[in-house]
Amino acid sequence: MNAPQEPPSPLRLTYREACKQALRQALHADPRVFLMGEDIGRYGGCYAVTKGLLEEFGEDRIRDTPLSESAFVGAGIGAAMAGMRPIVEIMTVNFSLLALDQILNNAVTIPYMSGGQFAVPLVIRMATGGGRRVAAQHSHSLEGWYAHIPGLRILTPAMVEDARFMLIAALKDPNPTLIFEHVMLYNMEGDIDPAITCVDMDQAKVRRAGADVSLITYGGSLFKTLDAAERLSKEGVEAEVVDLRALRPLDTKTILESVVKTRRCIIIDEAWRSGSIAAEIGMRIAEEAFFELDAPLRRVCGREVPMPYAAHLEDACLPQSEAIAAAALDLVRPS
Amino acid sequence: MTHKVHLDHDHLRHLLKAMIRIRRFEAKCVELYQAQKILGFLHLYDGEEAVSVGVMEALEPQDAVIATYREHGQALARGVDPGCLMGEMLGKLNGCCRGRGGSMHFFHREHRFYGGNAIVGGGLPLALGVALADKMQGRRAVTACFFGDGAAEEGEFHETLNFAKLWRLPILFICENNLYAMGMAVERAEADTDFVHKASSYRIEGERVDGMDVVAVESAARKAIEKIRATSDPFFLECRTYRFRAHSMFDAQLYRSKEEVEAWRKKGPIVRFQAWLEENHLIKPGEVLEMEKAIDAEVARAVAFAEAGPLEPVSDVERFVTMEDIPA
Amino acid sequence: MPALGADMEAGTLVEWCVKLGDHVKSGDVIAVVETQKGAIEVEIFADGVVSNILVPVGERVPVGTVLARIGGAGAAEATSAAETLAVAARTPPSPARAAPEFRRAQPSAAPQASRLKVTPVARRRAAAFRLDLAGIRGSGVEGAIRLADVEAAASKASTAPPAVKRGLDLSEMRKAIAAAMSRSKREIPHYYLSETVDLHAALAWLERFNAEKEPIDRVLPAVLFLKAAALALREQPKLNGFYENGTFAAAEAVHVGWAVALRGGGLIAPAILNADKKSLAELMSSMRDLVERARRGGLRGSELMSPTVTVTNVGDRGAETVTGVIYPPQVALVGFGRVVMRPWVVDERIESRPIVSISLAADHRVTDGHLGGLYLAAVARLLQEPERL
Repeated sequence: MNAPQEPPSPLRLTYREACKQALRQALHADPRVFLMGEDIGRYGGCYAVTKGLLEEFGEDRIRDTPLSESAFVGAGIGAAMAGMRPIVEIMTVNFSLLALDQILNNAVTIPYMSGGQFAVPLVIRMATGGGRRVAAQHSHSLEGWYAHIPGLRILTPAMVEDARFMLIAALKDPNPTLIFEHVMLYNMEGDIDPAITCVDMDQAKVRRAGADVSLITYGGSLFKTLDAAERLSKEGVEAEVVDLRALRPLDTKTILESVVKTRRCIIIDEAWRSGSIAAEIGMRIAEEAFFELDAPLRRVCGREVPMPYAAHLEDACLPQSEAIAAAALDLVRPS
Repeated sequence: MTHKVHLDHDHLRHLLKAMIRIRRFEAKCVELYQAQKILGFLHLYDGEEAVSVGVMEALEPQDAVIATYREHGQALARGVDPGCLMGEMLGKLNGCCRGRGGSMHFFHREHRFYGGNAIVGGGLPLALGVALADKMQGRRAVTACFFGDGAAEEGEFHETLNFAKLWRLPILFICENNLYAMGMAVERAEADTDFVHKASSYRIEGERVDGMDVVAVESAARKAIEKIRATSDPFFLECRTYRFRAHSMFDAQLYRSKEEVEAWRKKGPIVRFQAWLEENHLIKPGEVLEMEKAIDAEVARAVAFAEAGPLEPVSDVERFVTMEDIPA
Repeated sequence: MPALGADMEAGTLVEWCVKLGDHVKSGDVIAVVETQKGAIEVEIFADGVVSNILVPVGERVPVGTVLARIGGAGAAEATSAAETLAVAARTPPSPARAAPEFRRAQPSAAPQASRLKVTPVARRRAAAFRLDLAGIRGSGVEGAIRLADVEAAASKASTAPPAVKRGLDLSEMRKAIAAAMSRSKREIPHYYLSETVDLHAALAWLERFNAEKEPIDRVLPAVLFLKAAALALREQPKLNGFYENGTFAAAEAVHVGWAVALRGGGLIAPAILNADKKSLAELMSSMRDLVERARRGGLRGSELMSPTVTVTNVGDRGAETVTGVIYPPQVALVGFGRVVMRPWVVDERIESRPIVSISLAADHRVTDGHLGGLYLAAVARLLQEPERL
């Protein structure tokens, strides 16, 4: 492997560019790393994340696959078991259901069923979430659903910094890891401290400190929640915003620290409310911090409908910052 | 290497012994199942021994195996120690998977035995990955991927065949066509019951072989593997075979007649091969009896090893849900 | 009979300050009870009319016994409810039953849900303050009583009318001290730190501060200590609060328990509320008032229950250094030794300076020595800038 000549990292870059730089770094760093997925090569990726990588790394390492999710995810699992470090891209989380057998019945069970003889160091990236007016077969948020499964690592980078460095951490992990990239974040720009060269995958982070209410969220809802926190600040309510970053393992400690501090909590999750990760978080708080609570637990979640196409309907189905702020205000200052 | 089977005395005895070993091992399993020492499902390979024994003869140590849930025969034929397999059957810590997998999920790292897959068709995509990894890492290995006729009803079968040809992956697909997917007869489930033809629609070369004839299977497998190593193209082997016993243990076999089973039994891989050896004086009188005695002793040792094995402590039940490192 | 201390099980009613038919409002003192810690005034947490007095003077009753009933003015329904309950109250009620009975006797202004809505943390804090929730109005979701309501009620309770004279049973107090200190030493892994501080600047400033003032208005050095100790707690909130049921909860305000040695023996540490926010003059007057009332037995229950930290100052006749025992469930005790003249190095010359040894005893389950050291450094720093105290 040639030592790569990295272009000087710009301080400011888009989430998409951060994802791509992460992939480039991984491909340069380890010859065992290769990419597989639908239209990631010549087309450049459905969301243009992999654009240019085929030219840079060649067809052996940037592999366009047939539209066979089960086959290429299974191939990723087999290759990971046999010594490679595959990164598989699934266009959207909805399509991942075609590979659910491989993810759940193979990637997750084999390390356990084999009594630890085989690890599955596989990374699967996929786009998730609503807001792009692409209706019910391309807009859902099923990451919380995957977080139900022991043995998977579920990452939900929201900040550009996490998009840039979480992949590298995931590749060092011996377990199958699903990285969910929210479709509304790809164009978002953010700053990266040039001094940072890695991030951890296990810890939730407080993105904004506050004493009055904890707003717990992740992924695409993080920025709506931060916006809600600014609105609340104008009302004299200081919200603490916790970015989960990973849904499994879930960083219960950081969640509890924040809730014990503010004593009020709202969980914001654009997935459906019933049986959701928001429900799980709420339950953990109820189990472990019940006596610290000074208000009922609340959730702002996606409406329980298949995502509608019409813009006004889709907007009404997703958590928006007004609703988040209103829910928080109602907890802190009930009328 | 030639695909010609060396029909010398030692090799023929070895083939017979390998098949009898599977048969006797499984007979003991039935006994232990009825004594409730083996629990859950138990899918016997009884009748299909020639397929695994023949194919494994053609494999080399660096080759990989993807097996089905009827994999006792596949694992034994691959050379996995019967003791650790019996330990797994009994759910013991000295089992090949610490008692985590049981009858349907034998894994063995040293033998490159990638399970023990109990989702019909689910093992096929894994074969793509193993073969791809070998190819990308410059290993001259073939992946032998076993599956039953029922797998062809699954989308994963078709996805995998297309993929394997498209990416020219060194995979030997072995369809163990025992004519029934559980109780579903192949002609009731497949519009086209010619599996080699199915493979050819993905431009994969294939051959149908009598899966009750161990020499025929070995010969076909040797030829296929030679081709795969030379071309890095996949190859498809359909082995027509028959299972003499129930799908699993609890099966009234309403879907087939006793006469049909009896007719197939007469063509059984062991009885036929043994008769042929005797007719051609390739085996001495009394030699089989001696062989069976040796195998019974081997199985008894396996059972004793398994019975003596400790149970994994419950406190370790969450171990390997997530791995701390990648086994070297 | 309100629970006025963690170890209190019963009390003797020694005086009724109200009679049947009196109008009372939340915060009024209605009775005085004699406890292990001395005479304590019983405050009322509701407005209304005394409709029934159930425990006569001189009777010793267990904690949780209903002492009297308060009905809404003109609420016939409430009165009748009180009468029917009065019979039941004669049998010794359990503490768990006491609260709902009291609540049912309340005038029901709105169709009340059968359960009082109280947030979990508010209920816990009310229990620590020994506050009766029934008298508190909730401002939370669905009218629930929340933490802020409980804390407001606790601080309101402490600014009520003056005390009534009562004697102290010193042997009972000795028992209470024994129980609390034994529990402390049994449960709290203490660690101790100390710091020696030059008081030259502080005392010189105090002399100027006091120069123009009448004797009654003069501020003692102890007040500087108190203020510095309280202010420094803002920097280290982990030393200010309660450790209960395996978790630490920081207090929202700094209520300093000021240790008062009683003549004839015994020790009590009533609260100086919001000590970090009071001026030196206010602190001086609070301290005088508290010491005076403590010594004649006129302390209020809430004053004994609300300290979030304890400060002890041994004064002129004390030892040079004091390392204290934490009063549970508090997590820290700050001690000031006797001010002594000692050689002190100033600009590489030895001078005679007034110095004081400040100690910290802290709960190792909550903080470590590093944090404790930062705290003592902050106290020392504050004492070098007395004009800012």
